[in-house]
Amino acid sequence: MSLTQTIAKRIGWGLLLLIGVLILNFTLISIAPGDIADSIAGDMGGADATVIEEIRERYGLNEPFYVQLWRYVSGVARLDLGFSYFYNTPVTELILEKLPATLLLVFSSQILAIVLGTLLGVLAAKKPNGIVSLLVTFLSLFGFAAPVFWSGILLIIAFVSIFPLFPVGGMTDVTVEGGFFVQLLDLLHHLFLPMITLASIYLALYSRLARASMLEVLGADYIRTARAKGLPQRMVLYKHALKNALGPLVTVAGLQFSAVMSGAVVVETVFSWPGLGTLALQSILARDTPTIMGILFFSSFVVIVVNILTDITLRMIDPRIKAS
Amino acid sequence: MPTDATQPLLSVKDLVVDFKTRAGNARVLDHVSLELSAGKILGIVGESGCGKSMTALSIMGLVPNPPGKITSGSISLDGKELTGLDEETLCDIRGSEIGMIFQEPMTSLNPVFTVGEQIAESVRVHENASAQAAMSRAVEMLKAVDIPEPDIRARAYPHQLSGGMRQRVMIAMALACRPRLLIADEPTTALDATVQAQIFDLLQELQQETGTAIVLITHDMGAIAELADDVAVMYAGRIVEKGPVSDVLSRPCHPYTQGLITCVPHLVPDPPLQREALREIPGMVPALTNLGSGCAFEPRCEKAFAKCKTAKPELIQIADSQLGACWAPGSDNT
Amino acid sequence: MSEPFNNTTANDVAEAQIKVSHPLAEMASMFFRNYAAVAGLILLIVIILFVFVGPYFHPVDPFEMVWAPFSRPMEEGFVLGTDYLGRDMLAAMMVGGQVSMAIGLAAALISLFIGVTVGAFAGYYGGVVEEILMRFTEFFQVLPTLLFSMVIVALFGASLLTVTLAIGVVSWTAVARVTRSEFLRIRELEYVAAARSGSASDWYLIFKVILPNALPPIIVQANLMVGSAILFEAALSFLGLSDPNVMSWGQVIGSNRPYILDSGFTVAIPGFAIFLTVLAISLIGDGLNDALNPKLRQR
Repeated sequence: MSLTQTIAKRIGWGLLLLIGVLILNFTLISIAPGDIADSIAGDMGGADATVIEEIRERYGLNEPFYVQLWRYVSGVARLDLGFSYFYNTPVTELILEKLPATLLLVFSSQILAIVLGTLLGVLAAKKPNGIVSLLVTFLSLFGFAAPVFWSGILLIIAFVSIFPLFPVGGMTDVTVEGGFFVQLLDLLHHLFLPMITLASIYLALYSRLARASMLEVLGADYIRTARAKGLPQRMVLYKHALKNALGPLVTVAGLQFSAVMSGAVVVETVFSWPGLGTLALQSILARDTPTIMGILFFSSFVVIVVNILTDITLRMIDPRIKAS
Repeated sequence: MPTDATQPLLSVKDLVVDFKTRAGNARVLDHVSLELSAGKILGIVGESGCGKSMTALSIMGLVPNPPGKITSGSISLDGKELTGLDEETLCDIRGSEIGMIFQEPMTSLNPVFTVGEQIAESVRVHENASAQAAMSRAVEMLKAVDIPEPDIRARAYPHQLSGGMRQRVMIAMALACRPRLLIADEPTTALDATVQAQIFDLLQELQQETGTAIVLITHDMGAIAELADDVAVMYAGRIVEKGPVSDVLSRPCHPYTQGLITCVPHLVPDPPLQREALREIPGMVPALTNLGSGCAFEPRCEKAFAKCKTAKPELIQIADSQLGACWAPGSDNT
Repeated sequence: MSEPFNNTTANDVAEAQIKVSHPLAEMASMFFRNYAAVAGLILLIVIILFVFVGPYFHPVDPFEMVWAPFSRPMEEGFVLGTDYLGRDMLAAMMVGGQVSMAIGLAAALISLFIGVTVGAFAGYYGGVVEEILMRFTEFFQVLPTLLFSMVIVALFGASLLTVTLAIGVVSWTAVARVTRSEFLRIRELEYVAAARSGSASDWYLIFKVILPNALPPIIVQANLMVGSAILFEAALSFLGLSDPNVMSWGQVIGSNRPYILDSGFTVAIPGFAIFLTVLAISLIGDGLNDALNPKLRQR
């Protein structure tokens, strides 16, 4: 099967998964106690039974489940995720406004974790009993065991009271004025702490994985061949060994992505980063159902896109992978 | 005396290699000495674990360290000492002056690069050739090792080739920079019998064309008989017999050599004895960590006597150019 | 590198011939030779004692206001100080630990049950069954776990039961993958073929023949699940999505979070407790992995 066919198949499957996500969410909401009408009424400061009934009628909540579901799914197909009663804004608009911040946080921290983690892993594998190996071991234990909000909060405490170098909340500083680069610098300044907090978990994971994977690859016959050819050490390590060791790393990075999105929710909350996570928590606390569903839909969408990209990357790295 | 015609291309003298293992120190090479003249083929035979491959890795400067270490002795290529060289200098020698092919063509090629790229990169590194020139050399080499449609095959990945093809690619790769010495470590063990013969023919053909000297490592006395000029028989890290192939095959002095010859029926000169041939040597290679003071082959030797248990026989001259290490060197009886 | 290692292989064979002991005893000795794993085990035992036996020696209600808020540790007679409502932090650590550990264990059991079932059937039957089950698993991998469990908790109310279920339901996919690949490997082995030819039922083969042999990696995974479930619960509590009537480590962090700049210890201490517990569990997990992995044991 050619690459395009495989990708087409993956995209088709991705669309099915997304429909599955929609159905699951809709089902969950409809079997949950209480409904949208109640929460709208709550926002209005309480309402009597006739008003609630009126709201039900207006939003079509009295129609059968499958009619409501169909209306929702076909709406999503037109990129209409419904209307947020809480924010008084269309959900799609609300999400598109917050999505860039989350993507910035998630991708920057993943790139940092993958690049730095791979580098650490390679250096550790070069000397399995050396100091970098020890560092990777400690890092991986710490990264797994430390709750991300805890390390985030410790960073905040450290950077507020000990070294006030970085801002600990928000995404931009409204008092900063200047051209594009000044604004960008301000953004990166704000990004730094949330990014390293989120990256720390995955840095631990990837460095450990890269080390194990490199150690296995370095024992392979073709590495001996590469050395027998007289290739310099760095070429053996960074060309012959690393390209083979990247496979497991890319696979895990792809599988982890939904967990990364979850981690982003917590990190955004800790650092008041105005992304989807913060929006999700606010809308959950407000029982703003359309927004919650829209966020779940969009995050699943991002995860699926990343998974497809992972597949393509894997095939570019390893020619042996056949279409599955 | 670099112009001395009799000076061997490769000379290994009293090489000692030790390995640290959990069970103690293992002397994997014990005073190994070898010579190989330009354009000749030297065979090294023995069972697995005798130190054949270790000898090859030592020449390449690829002894895994730790746990291994060249304790003493010298290896020189064309009068240039190789032991104690730094990694960078060794890298310049490997692949350009000494090429090596390995036992497992299935796993010895990197699965994520095309075979053309893997041959070309060695040319790029050693000869500073442009990518294009290196690639055309790679195609040329693939042609030289009789691979059909070399320009198409150069773009293939290893998993798209058969075992025999891959070993041809390995040979092309090892010879790409026209080394003066080729080390072939059991090049055919993992291949089918018919392919084995093809690879041996190819090696012989290339050797005659290019004049590359070859160290051929094998456990197959038959291959030695066919290809090699000289042979060294190794057991438990020591050379137990060496000399010209014709002499060693016709008058083996060491019982171990005799045993190896008996494993290959058509090498046994006496027809009635051929029926008894194909015998295996009983027992297995001893662990190198607890060798006693006697001859290492003694536990498996039919002819062993009291002295064999207590003293190690030295490698001494048996005939004109034949050396053996046995307290009861004999060739006439079996 | 066949040759140099053949030399050592001969030694290993000799060594292996000398001591032939019961595999379980060998695993135990392998585990106890791993200092990090033993340290993890001791640490975990200490934490369990602190959490479950501690309250007998320190019988204070963690919900009761006993002093002024934010009394620093050791300063006014409170070992770990008091929180934002002037409640005893030491008591909160003990009682909160009970809840954190119980939820961690229960949620891990739920996801273990789902994951092993899905993985076992997928790996055993193969074909269409495997295809469907693994697609189902992939579906759950796509859902951002924390977001999804936040939604469950928000919709069905923040009780101990829903929190536990919400964690268990979203975190079984790794177990399913591990179980499936073990089943795929084991079902091809000779003793399974032998049992199968003896016309054993599928049920018998899955649960009595294959599953016991697939356990080692599942046990390792299960152990890690407990750790990540504790972290998961902490994250939910931190976000304010836990049973407000129940104290857990994560909940202590969440409720004290607005005051971190005045009294960081109220957040640092419970965070450290979670860290130590999960650290202990993952150290044990590494030790189990080494001890249960026959490939490593031979090395």
